[in-house]
Amino acid sequence: MSAIRRRHPALTAGKYAALAFYLLFALFPLYWLLKIAITPDALIFSEGTRLFPSDVTFTNFSTVIFQTDFLAYFGNSLIVSLGTAFLTTMFAAGAGYAFSRFVFKGKRIIIAVMLITQMFPLLMIIAPIYKIVADLGLLNSLTSLIIVYTAFNIPFATFLMQSFFDGIPKDLEDAAMMDGCTRFQALRKVVFPLTLPGLGATLGFVFTAAWSELLFALMLISKNDAMTFPVGLLTFVSKFSVDWGQMMAAGVLALVPSCLFFIFIQRYLVQGLTSGAVKG
Amino acid sequence: MARIELRNVAKRYGAVEVLRNIDLDIEDGEFIVLVGPSGCGKSTLLRMIAGLEPITNGDFLIDGERMNDLRPRDRDIAMVFQSYALYPHMDVARNMGFSMEIRKDPASDRKTKVAQAAETLGLSKLTDRLPKALSGGQRQRVAMGRAIIRDPRAFLFDEPLSNLDAALRVEMRLEIARLHQQLAATMIYVTHDQVEALTLADRIVVLNGGDIQQVGSPLELYERPANKFVAQFIGSPTMNVMPVQGSATKVTAQDGTTIALPDQPQAAQAIELGIRPEHIDVVDAGTGDLAAVAEVVEHLGSDTNIYVKVDGVGPLMVRKHGNIPVKSGDRLGLRFQTQNAHLFRQDGTALR
Ligand SMILES: Nc1ncnc2c1ncn2[C@@H]1O[C@H](COP(=O)(O)OP(=O)(O)OP(=O)(O)O)[C@@H](O)[C@H]1O
Ligand SMILES: [Mg+2]
Repeated sequence: MSAIRRRHPALTAGKYAALAFYLLFALFPLYWLLKIAITPDALIFSEGTRLFPSDVTFTNFSTVIFQTDFLAYFGNSLIVSLGTAFLTTMFAAGAGYAFSRFVFKGKRIIIAVMLITQMFPLLMIIAPIYKIVADLGLLNSLTSLIIVYTAFNIPFATFLMQSFFDGIPKDLEDAAMMDGCTRFQALRKVVFPLTLPGLGATLGFVFTAAWSELLFALMLISKNDAMTFPVGLLTFVSKFSVDWGQMMAAGVLALVPSCLFFIFIQRYLVQGLTSGAVKG
Repeated sequence: MARIELRNVAKRYGAVEVLRNIDLDIEDGEFIVLVGPSGCGKSTLLRMIAGLEPITNGDFLIDGERMNDLRPRDRDIAMVFQSYALYPHMDVARNMGFSMEIRKDPASDRKTKVAQAAETLGLSKLTDRLPKALSGGQRQRVAMGRAIIRDPRAFLFDEPLSNLDAALRVEMRLEIARLHQQLAATMIYVTHDQVEALTLADRIVVLNGGDIQQVGSPLELYERPANKFVAQFIGSPTMNVMPVQGSATKVTAQDGTTIALPDQPQAAQAIELGIRPEHIDVVDAGTGDLAAVAEVVEHLGSDTNIYVKVDGVGPLMVRKHGNIPVKSGDRLGLRFQTQNAHLFRQDGTALR
């Protein structure tokens, strides 16, 4: 894997060209978001297609932060996303470990059912979910979103965690138990530290999914003070106009927590933590 | 310290019967080697002793005390895994001292014991490295260090050397032998390697198809195998086996040649004769028990392997010490050292 081979220079150049192209393609929308956010309102339409506006302003940001409900939305989103991420990862870690290590009755059925839940188009079940949440009296609450998001993310997160546990040799736990650990101690002292990349990846995945979810948030929340960020973004669209500059500024700000979150967990995402455990 | 007894031990996975009726007494300080073909249940037996695998049936005792239901941590047994199973996130010192860390022994004790074990195993300079920065042989040593530091009642080894190259294997084999002498602890060792089995073992246990085939010292198994399976499994190169018709004083090969045997009243039941490659002498063509043609000759320097074909009997292998001037295509006579021949009944059991 770590073999260093000399390649033909053209190949290397080609590789970097391809990477550069991909980066450009992936990052351009983000750039455009930023660009519109810092363009003064007056220039948005007159200089619509210029790569960089002739004048730069930060008033959109200050307006969004100080004169709209943006901070409230932001806080709501943070609560929902963090809550969902931690709850989901906790359940998924437990379930993933069980799927990976234990043999029990009904395991295949549970896995099949979890797969099936992933096959329904969300639109189909939005009405029943709305009914359930309404009957529980949880409409317009952040709790309802956390519950629904957690439920929807658990299957995938479980499979993700299972694959991480599968990657940890069972011998390590056996060795820990021979060394005097209980099963739980083996889990805590040996398996858990080695699963950190998996936990990080799962947290990150679920966090982003919850952070950007719109459909359920739109259905289950109608009161302004419980709105999450993606729903709040729609308030920039009024009957008569769309406030592009502020909307984009809000979008840029919304990227911040995702970025921070990934910077925070990225050191756990590095691969190869288990190398050296087994074989030579 | 530890007398290990297995009484009628069996292991089933659902309907699959992996081991049955395993009866074995292991003396304190004995070095027992388990051998057998792949999938015969060696690892399973070891893991049942370790407590990592539940025992389906029978009793497992240490010093007369039934251990079936104790957790691995309460059995005071150490195990060295084939995969080494080092904790990748801990450095060498912590890997070795992990059992003491779990037992909450004082840190100063741990330090001295780790340093001692590292010294014994030649790891002193490596104690702050992570496993991924070690060679295969060094990892192997750390795995051993982790076991010896605990001073356990018994050691279990599951093919500990099979991931090492040949030279390192020899070195580590000696190290294990030395360790056994030094610690005088009970050890149970699983291997595929004939030489490891024959050199290390006080007694060898041959397993096949979930049953113990034979238990005995290396020489016993070599000289008096209980059945055809053990005869062919122990010893390298493999024993030659040819179909014969037995009578009290001789056997008749399929081509009609007769080979006189030392008096053996029961020999009439024999349907096969087994003879090790080193127990066949090469003589001039036309003399000896059988006439053969050399097909392939391997000169190893210390030994010569001759693969011969005998009409009506089949291929045989002959091994002679030193350099024998035989070329492929040569006609030879073969004389069996009949006092070392083995006779097998229809059911594979040996006649004596
Ligand atoms: N969980 C299981 N369910 C069913 N059968 C199993 C299970 N685990 C092991 N076996 C079977 O038990 C038998 C013994 O396995 P074991 O690992 O003990 O063999 P082994 O003698 O150690 O082989 P090797 O020399 O290849 O390591 C094998 O035939 C295997 O297929
Ligand atoms: Mg095995």
